[in-house]
Amino acid sequence: MTEHRDGRIIITTPITDEDIKGLRTGDTFYLSGELMTGRDDVHERVVEEGMAFPVDLNAKALFHAGPIIKTKENGTYEIISIGPTTSMRMERFESAFIEKTGVKIIIGKGGMGADTAAACRMHKTICSAAPAGCSLVCAKCVEEVEGASWTELGMPEAVWHLKVKEFGPLIVTIDSEGRNYFEELKSDYKLRSEEQKLRLIKELK
Amino acid sequence: MTEIEKKSILTNILAQYLNHLSKHLPEDISSALLRLKEQESDDSARAFYETMFRNMELAAELDRPLCQDTGIVQFKIKCGALFPAINELADSLTDAVRIATEEAPLRPNCVLSFEEKNTGDNTGGGVPTVWWEIVPNRYDCEITAYLAGGGSSMPGRAEVLMPSAGYDAIIPFVLDRVAEYGPNACPPLLIGVGVGNSVETAAMNSKNALLRDADSKNSNPKAARIEELLEEGINKMGIGPQGLGGSSSVMGVNLVNTARHPATLAVAVSFGCWCHRRGRLHLDRNLNFESPTHPGFSK
Repeated sequence: MTEHRDGRIIITTPITDEDIKGLRTGDTFYLSGELMTGRDDVHERVVEEGMAFPVDLNAKALFHAGPIIKTKENGTYEIISIGPTTSMRMERFESAFIEKTGVKIIIGKGGMGADTAAACRMHKTICSAAPAGCSLVCAKCVEEVEGASWTELGMPEAVWHLKVKEFGPLIVTIDSEGRNYFEELKSDYKLRSEEQKLRLIKELK
Repeated sequence: MTEIEKKSILTNILAQYLNHLSKHLPEDISSALLRLKEQESDDSARAFYETMFRNMELAAELDRPLCQDTGIVQFKIKCGALFPAINELADSLTDAVRIATEEAPLRPNCVLSFEEKNTGDNTGGGVPTVWWEIVPNRYDCEITAYLAGGGSSMPGRAEVLMPSAGYDAIIPFVLDRVAEYGPNACPPLLIGVGVGNSVETAAMNSKNALLRDADSKNSNPKAARIEELLEEGINKMGIGPQGLGGSSSVMGVNLVNTARHPATLAVAVSFGCWCHRRGRLHLDRNLNFESPTHPGFSK
């Protein structure tokens, strides 16, 4: 479901193709509903070892994140700190992961590569970036840690089931047409770095 | 003071310090971020700076770590040979990491290589990292602590070049790495460049460069010129906060150099993220302490 409130675009799970079709690279939105964490080891399990993601991820969102969580005396969890980790590390697995799970929104840090962009286009999924290093701004949007799976992987690598409210701001980095914002930006940075190399070496002589 | 008393006082100070470090940026870093924020002309980049500053306020207010990746703890120690707690220090460092992991809390990040097991308390398998320097005839001790996050450790690189490549070669070596990895490493960055005789001396120098203040300068005019040019050039790449574009890319570029072999020119680069959690703590012979990077840290 998509709502427009106070100039904000808020998407709530379950996410439909219609919800993400209008979002383009560079757009800002917020997410409410069910968000699951999953990073390196989780991707390896799902894609390479053929294990099923421990909860239904279809029409939901995935967060490349390893939080700090406190386990309370009654066995429930408290979120201390959570923020995005480098998404590019998951590039090797992500297209197969999208196909297997039906995830609709991926949240992480920085961009992802061509394979993920192709999978986003094919399966109508989007990738987005959460503010990096702003783990308390992010943690404030987590209403509850509803559960955990694969905790044997250790705190950063486990799957944490989060309930979030207006989680963001999130910037669309790959849209459902497969347009890749970070790759476009990176080629600009590379172009400028080539110009700067020539200039700096000349200045140094 | 008995040995047990010394160790317990020292461990407590260090654990409190690591706790503080995970929640408060050093003064040189927060002033650099403030300067970049004020100079920023791009609207969305300015909005990112606002979010980053809001996060810093929340960390202090909620007494929680600034970033969920509290890193692998690294210590650089300059210990007077006559420092009365020299014999207790190594154990205190490890105990302090364990206590801070529990109390701050820090995220357990220590994964034993090959065994692929997270130890759960940020110690084991050679972690925390400790680099020792013993200073003759002194009674005091300076401890630099750094929480080395994964995202900023990832882009590190070292290489031994032929001397004919010249010091010019530092420029493409650093710029290529920044263009490829900079946007993902939580910019605006602090860039540490190392020059030395072999791969590990250059790498160590690049880490020492990250431990220097963001606004410090190399004392050699040629090396300082390279720092200045790199800073200017990387800023002109316009990576901006969060890697999404802006009028600057770095908080500073520091170069640390040691002598080279006539046949080698080893260079290295290390990255620090905008949330550069590094601090210096001075301890005197009576274990009185102060932190020039974190004046807010006191008993």
